[in-house]
Amino acid sequence: MDLDALAGCLSSSACLVTQTTSGLIIGMLLFLVAVGLTLIFGVLKVVNFSHGAFYMFGAYFAMAAYQLTGSFALAMLAGAAGTAILGLIFERVFMSRVYGADVLMQLLVCYAFVLIFDDVVRIIWGPEFKSMGMPSAFQVMPLFIAGGVVPPYYLLLIGVALVAAVVLGFGLSRSRIGKVIRAAAHNPGMVSALGINTGLIYGGVFALGGMLAGLAGALAAPVRSLTPGMGFSVLIESFIVTVIGGMGSILGALIGALLLGLIRSFGSLGFPLFTEGLMYLFMVIVLVSKPTGLFGKEAA
Amino acid sequence: MTRTRTPGISRRSALALMGAGAMTFAAPWAARAQAKTIKIGMPTILSGRVAQLGTSSRNAVMLEVEKVNAAGGLAGRQIEMVVRDSKGQPQEAARVARELVNTDGCELLLDGEASSGSFAVHEVARDLGVLCIHTCSEASSLTADPKQHIPNAFRCVRQGIHDSIVGGSYAAAISKAKGLKKWATCSPDYAYGRDTTGEFTLYLKRFAPDVEIISESWPKLFQPDYTEVVTKILQAKPQALYSCLWGGDLTSCIDQANIYAMFGQMEVFAVNMADYTALTVVKNLPKGIHSGNRYIKTFPTTPENAAWGDAYKAKYNEYPTNWSWQNATAVMFLAEAAKKANSADGKKLAEVLKGLTIKCPFGADGTVTMRGDDHTLVGYAIGWGTTIPQEPYVPEVKAGDWKTIFELEAEWKKSKGYT
Repeated sequence: MDLDALAGCLSSSACLVTQTTSGLIIGMLLFLVAVGLTLIFGVLKVVNFSHGAFYMFGAYFAMAAYQLTGSFALAMLAGAAGTAILGLIFERVFMSRVYGADVLMQLLVCYAFVLIFDDVVRIIWGPEFKSMGMPSAFQVMPLFIAGGVVPPYYLLLIGVALVAAVVLGFGLSRSRIGKVIRAAAHNPGMVSALGINTGLIYGGVFALGGMLAGLAGALAAPVRSLTPGMGFSVLIESFIVTVIGGMGSILGALIGALLLGLIRSFGSLGFPLFTEGLMYLFMVIVLVSKPTGLFGKEAA
Repeated sequence: MTRTRTPGISRRSALALMGAGAMTFAAPWAARAQAKTIKIGMPTILSGRVAQLGTSSRNAVMLEVEKVNAAGGLAGRQIEMVVRDSKGQPQEAARVARELVNTDGCELLLDGEASSGSFAVHEVARDLGVLCIHTCSEASSLTADPKQHIPNAFRCVRQGIHDSIVGGSYAAAISKAKGLKKWATCSPDYAYGRDTTGEFTLYLKRFAPDVEIISESWPKLFQPDYTEVVTKILQAKPQALYSCLWGGDLTSCIDQANIYAMFGQMEVFAVNMADYTALTVVKNLPKGIHSGNRYIKTFPTTPENAAWGDAYKAKYNEYPTNWSWQNATAVMFLAEAAKKANSADGKKLAEVLKGLTIKCPFGADGTVTMRGDDHTLVGYAIGWGTTIPQEPYVPEVKAGDWKTIFELEAEWKKSKGYT
C-alpha cells in the first residue's frame, strides 16, 4: 500500500490528468465489450460466454485489413463489420437453437465456441502473438494537458467509444427499432404476435453486440499484442462491469466500466499489489449493497 | 465320483498367468534392448500463449536430430523423437514425461518445459532414473540447489543468475556513465519475474551502490492492458527502467509505452527484448533499448552461429528463439557423449556428460561445457547490447565475462546456502 503516492497524485494536476485519462481509456474499451454483453443478455436473456472471442476476431480482422490496405479506417471497419457478420451467423446457426434450453446447455455451447474460435484463429494466423502496429498518423508526440500526458490515439479511442455509447443509448430509447428491441426484450411473444420477426431482432442484437466487441478489439489492436485466447481476460473484466452496472443496463455498463478503469488507474498508485483485488472488492461491495447492480432493475 | 475343486485359480493357471505377465512386462524391455532406433521423449508446450517457444524447441531438436541421424545416429542407433504437448501445465508435463518412458518406451528425456513444468519433470526423472536434460528452465535453483541434484538430470539452459550478473554489471556501467540513479522496475508478477528482477537489482546495486529503486510495477502475467503501469512509471519520473516482461506482454507494453513517448524519457533495460519473437513482432521498435541476448544470429559473431540461424530460418521460415539454441545444444551434447561413451545407454551417457566440453555455435569461445559439479551449462555466449528497429537488431553486444560470473555465482550460491 502506497497511500502517499496516491495522495501525491491527487494533489497534482499533471498526475490527475494522466491517471484520469488512463482510467477513461481502460474503461472505454471495457465498455464497448461489456455493453454488447449486457445488450445480448438484456434482449436474449443469454449470458454470452463466447463474447470475448468477438473482441479477439475484431482485433485480428483489423490487423489483416490493415496489412492488406494500410488504411486504419478500413481496419476499424473490417473489425466491426466482420464481427457483426460473424455474430449474426453464430446466433442464427447455433445460439438460436439453445434459447429455450437449460442455462448449462447455453454455457456449454458458448464455451465450446470459445475453444473452436481460438483454434480457428490459431489455424489462420498461427499460435504466436502478433502486433498490428500504430498507424503513422498517430505516431506523434503525446499532448500535454495541465502537465498530464495524453496520447492522441487514446483521445480517438475515447471519442469513438463515447459516440457508440450515445448512438446506442439514443437509438434504443428514441428510434423505432430501439423500441421494437426493447419490446422484444420485455415480451417477445407479443412482439411476434404483432407480426414482427423476432428471430431477425435477436440476430440483429447479437450482431450489434458482436460488432461492438469487434470494434473494441480493432481499436485495441494497435496497442495490444494479438494472441489466440486474448478475449478471455477481457471477458472476465466485462463480466465484472456488467455485474457492477447491472445486467441489461447500457448506462450501467458505461458507469461500471469507467469506475473500473479509474479503480485500476488510481489503484495501481495507491495499492500496487492489490489493483486486481480492488476491482473484485468493489464488485462485492456493490453486490452486497445493491444485488442487481448500480443500474439493474429488480425482476418483475 | 466327482472331482471337487478348491476355490480360486489352479496352480497351473497361476503359473500360466505369471508367465504371461512376465512376458508382457519384459517384452518391451527385451525389444528395446535389441531396438536399432532409440526413442527420445520430449514434453514441451505446443499449445497456449507460449506455444511458439515449444514449437521452436521441437524445430531446433528436429534440425539437430536429422544431422545426428545422417551421421549414423546415437552410437549407431537412429533417434526417433516422440514430442508431446504439456499445454504448459506442470501436472500434465509430469504425466506426459512418465507416459513417454513407461508406455512409449523412450530411453532418454529432453525436458522442453518452462520452469514450473521442469521441476515436475525433474521429479519424474528422479523416480524413473531415466537420463533427462532440461532444455528450457532458467530457474537457477533447478541445478544450484543441492536438494534438486540427481545423477541422471542435467540442465542445458542459460541461467537467471548468470543473466542477472551480466545484466547488473552492464547496467551499472551505463548507470555510472550517464548518472542514472533513479530506477523503476516493471516485471511480471510470478516467480520468474520476481526472482529475476530481484537478482538484477541486487547486482546493479552491487556494481553501482548509489542506485535507488523508486518505483516497482508487477503487472500480472498475460495482462492485456499496461496503460496504468505506463502512467505510473511516468509519474515516478525514473531515469532508467528495468523489465523482464517477455513475449506478447513485452510487445504490448512497448506499443502502449510508445504512444506516451516513454522511451525518450528514460533508459530502458529489457532483458528479453533481443529475441526474434519480440524483435520481429514490434512494428515500431524504439531505438536504444538495452537487452540481454536471447538468441540472435549475430551474437556470438561467428560464421557457425550465423549459419545455424540461417539454416533454421531456411527450414522453418522463421528465426529461432532462445529456447531453440538451448534445445539444439542438448542434442549436440547427447551426440558427443554417445561418441565418447560408444553407447546410447542413459547411465553411461550421464557419466560422460559430467564436465563434457563440446564445440558449439552458441559458445562464448566456440565451446560450451556441462559443468560437472552441478550438471548445468556454462560458457555460452552471454551479453547485453542496444536495439535498433531493423536487422541485425542488436548490432553490438557487450559480452559478459565468465570469470566474473563464476566468482559471483559462487558467492550467490554460498549466500543461498547451496554450498
